Amino acid sequence: MDLVTPEIGLIFWTTVTFVILLFLLAKFAWKPILKAVRERESFIEDAISSADKARAEMEQLKSDNEQILRDARAERDGILKDARDMREKMIVEAKGQASTEAAKIVTQAKELIENQKMAAITDLKNQVAGMSIDIAEKIIRKELSDKASQETMVAEQLNDFKLN
Amino acid sequence: MSKYLKLSYLAVFVLLLGFSGNLQASNGNGHNHDEEDARHSVEEQDSHQNGEASVNTEEDVYDPTPVVMHHIQDGHGFHVAGDFSVALPVILWTDNGLVTFMSSEFHHDITGHHVVEKKGMRFVNLHEDIYQLNKGAENIKMDASHHPVNASKPLDFSITKNVFTLLLAALILCLIFLTSAKKYKKGNGHKVPKGLASFMEPLVVFVRDDIAKPNIGKKYERYMPLLLTMFFLIWTLNLIGLVPFFPGSANMSGNIAFTFSLAVITLLVTNFSGNKGYWKHILLPPVPKALWIIMIPVEIIGVLTKPFALMIRLFANITAGHIIVLSLISLIFIFKTPAMGLVSVPFALFISVLELLVAALQAYIFTMLTALFIGTAVAEDHH
Repeated sequence: MDLVTPEIGLIFWTTVTFVILLFLLAKFAWKPILKAVRERESFIEDAISSADKARAEMEQLKSDNEQILRDARAERDGILKDARDMREKMIVEAKGQASTEAAKIVTQAKELIENQKMAAITDLKNQVAGMSIDIAEKIIRKELSDKASQETMVAEQLNDFKLN
Repeated sequence: MSKYLKLSYLAVFVLLLGFSGNLQASNGNGHNHDEEDARHSVEEQDSHQNGEASVNTEEDVYDPTPVVMHHIQDGHGFHVAGDFSVALPVILWTDNGLVTFMSSEFHHDITGHHVVEKKGMRFVNLHEDIYQLNKGAENIKMDASHHPVNASKPLDFSITKNVFTLLLAALILCLIFLTSAKKYKKGNGHKVPKGLASFMEPLVVFVRDDIAKPNIGKKYERYMPLLLTMFFLIWTLNLIGLVPFFPGSANMSGNIAFTFSLAVITLLVTNFSGNKGYWKHILLPPVPKALWIIMIPVEIIGVLTKPFALMIRLFANITAGHIIVLSLISLIFIFKTPAMGLVSVPFALFISVLELLVAALQAYIFTMLTALFIGTAVAEDHH
């Protein structure tokens, strides 16, 4: 058996064995193994891409949330500011109203006082007039009895009158 | 991270070293027997055939060449240890039809003296070649250059040592990969399989991602079964060849017939997959027409030389590895002192470890180049 001369028997057996082995392994080993590997790879690829998508969605959601939070905060601040403004305004308004009301009450009181005063003065005048009439009556009665005394009395009365 | 990686590489290397150390230890023992036997037979042969004193005047001088050659070549019957051999069927196609008998009928004789008679034909085993003696011849006769003059070779389809090894490798591959494939069928969906399959899958994926895809391109899937079968068959045979005792040690992947058959398969697959661009490049090369008379023959020769190189590369690499290991062990017998083992064994160990690398490397190269040739044949036309 020469080293570099191919033997027909070995060529025959090699070829036959190789072809049979190729057929057997291709059908029952390589096909299922490669299929499983391919499926797993596509599964992993899908998983990675969906994970990426989920992450992106999460980011989106997070930024959305932040946006919403920011908006809410701004709105709250707005509302608070409005409320503060409103309060200020209300206080100012209330103050104004109160002062006008007070002024009005004061005026009314003043008017009332004036009226009372006027009434009192009128009453006084009436009483004074009454008293004057009474005095005049008394004087006239006294004069009828005693001229001198009448004069004295008139004088006294007058004095008194002046005191008033 | 990289530190762990380095550590694990180191661990693998140490394991590998230990493993091959064991191998080598038995290698030494195994071959001692082998070689002693071979030496006896060589001596016998010399004295029988030449009928005169051997060329060497000192009878003890040890010639490693027949031993090494005997080992790296094919044989009928598988020597195990001592006088024990596994008989293998001899299948011959003669003028009178098929003749089969067990190789044990030759009684380990490879000198052509033991005649086996079947169907009225006489057969002898001369250096592991079966000769059929011409009609009427009782014994084989040689001319001066040891060529038989009264015998012819029938077609020999025997299950030889190498065929036995090939069938063993095919069986191992079937066992490994059919078992692995089963793990995927159990429908655990996208989970990575456990056990054997998890070990084999990276290798399969390696062939796909590092051999088929980059060299063939888009159409790689069609050629995956071929490339995978080639890769694993060559690798397995290379490794079986490195095992120094039965049922290993046969030099199948270093046999020219084996590499020839695979190279022919590569040749056929490459050319049958050849597209228009491929054939155009060969038959109408893109050079001035005046050069066609040179270029076309060159291109056609190129079609043949590519698989031819494949054939020679694998054959030479694996055979060389076997020769080196055997030669180193033979040193012990040449120097006739066991002390030489202190030198031979470490060297042979080193070469064996190297051969472990070569076993994988040559399988890779053969498959890779096959993929490359197919790739050029199916490539999209760029011209």
